Amino acid sequence: MTFTYVLYALALAGLAISFFKDRNKTKMSLKKAWKSFENILPQFLTILIIIGIVFAVLSPDTITKLIGTDSGFWGVLGASLLGAITLIPGFIAFPLAAALLNNGAGYMQITAFIASLMMVGIVTLPLEIKTFGKKTAIIRNVSAYAFSLIAALIVGVIL
Amino acid sequence: MIRKILKRYWVFLLLVVINVVLGIIFPELGAKSLDITKSNVAEMLLVLPPIFILLGLLDVWVDRSVMMKYTGKGSGLKGVLIAFLLGSAAAGPLYAAFPVAGVMLKKGSSLFNVFIFIGAWSTTKIPMLTFEAANLGLPFTLIRLGLSIVGILIIAVLTEKSLSKEQKEQIYELNMNIE
Repeated sequence: MTFTYVLYALALAGLAISFFKDRNKTKMSLKKAWKSFENILPQFLTILIIIGIVFAVLSPDTITKLIGTDSGFWGVLGASLLGAITLIPGFIAFPLAAALLNNGAGYMQITAFIASLMMVGIVTLPLEIKTFGKKTAIIRNVSAYAFSLIAALIVGVIL
Repeated sequence: MIRKILKRYWVFLLLVVINVVLGIIFPELGAKSLDITKSNVAEMLLVLPPIFILLGLLDVWVDRSVMMKYTGKGSGLKGVLIAFLLGSAAAGPLYAAFPVAGVMLKKGSSLFNVFIFIGAWSTTKIPMLTFEAANLGLPFTLIRLGLSIVGILIIAVLTEKSLSKEQKEQIYELNMNIE
């Protein structure tokens, strides 16, 4: 909650400085803000409804079994593969991850999912190859995947 | 207008209908799902406005083309930091970063700096970090961020070291003719 206030303070301070320096640019940035928001809104509302339905049906026990702390290595592996393959925007993934955590998922498993989702892109590999060539794209993705597993382990130990 | 809205929101609207039907057949389930959705929507509507304002401000005020100039070969630590900031001030999915990386290569950025940029774009985008903290808590976000910064560096070093001189030149050639 406090964090939300900090965010508002930051945004308002930023807006004030921006407005003082250049009104036109401030207007442009607000337009951009609205456009980006409106852009994700359909997907965003969709995932919120899905979370509502799924978490009303799914018992925390099931989630705990699949990706709970005791799901161990297999839970981490499953979560990281899911993250590597899927293409979910952060604005969708984080509320989902929070809902999963609140319903029995383990931090290690969620970190594996989040980290590989962010850094590994199997579906977008062709695009990456176009810019960097095959070798670079594969090395980057493989090392990013390995990193997501290591990060999961470390977070699992700390949290 | 209505058609346009319907086209974009049909999945959402369909799910609302499914939710309502479910609620009629299983009242308990319907009430529970409505509760979850309601609290989630309220929380998100509270936290999203400042995040998107930050996103808009970063997008307008960060002058990418000027910053790119300072990420060339021999730009040293300053170049690495600027590449990192360029990626962190971004908005959008990772695959949107590749064309930008192409432009950086064309303008003469060093490969290492471009890999840093890609890494930052994927994991340290500032508006996304605030959203992550709002959802998963500040401790989780900070630990994840700290690990990611180390990871970005390691991955960039690994990737760059694995390439021969010819392979590096080939990558630059790949991006010579992009717009």
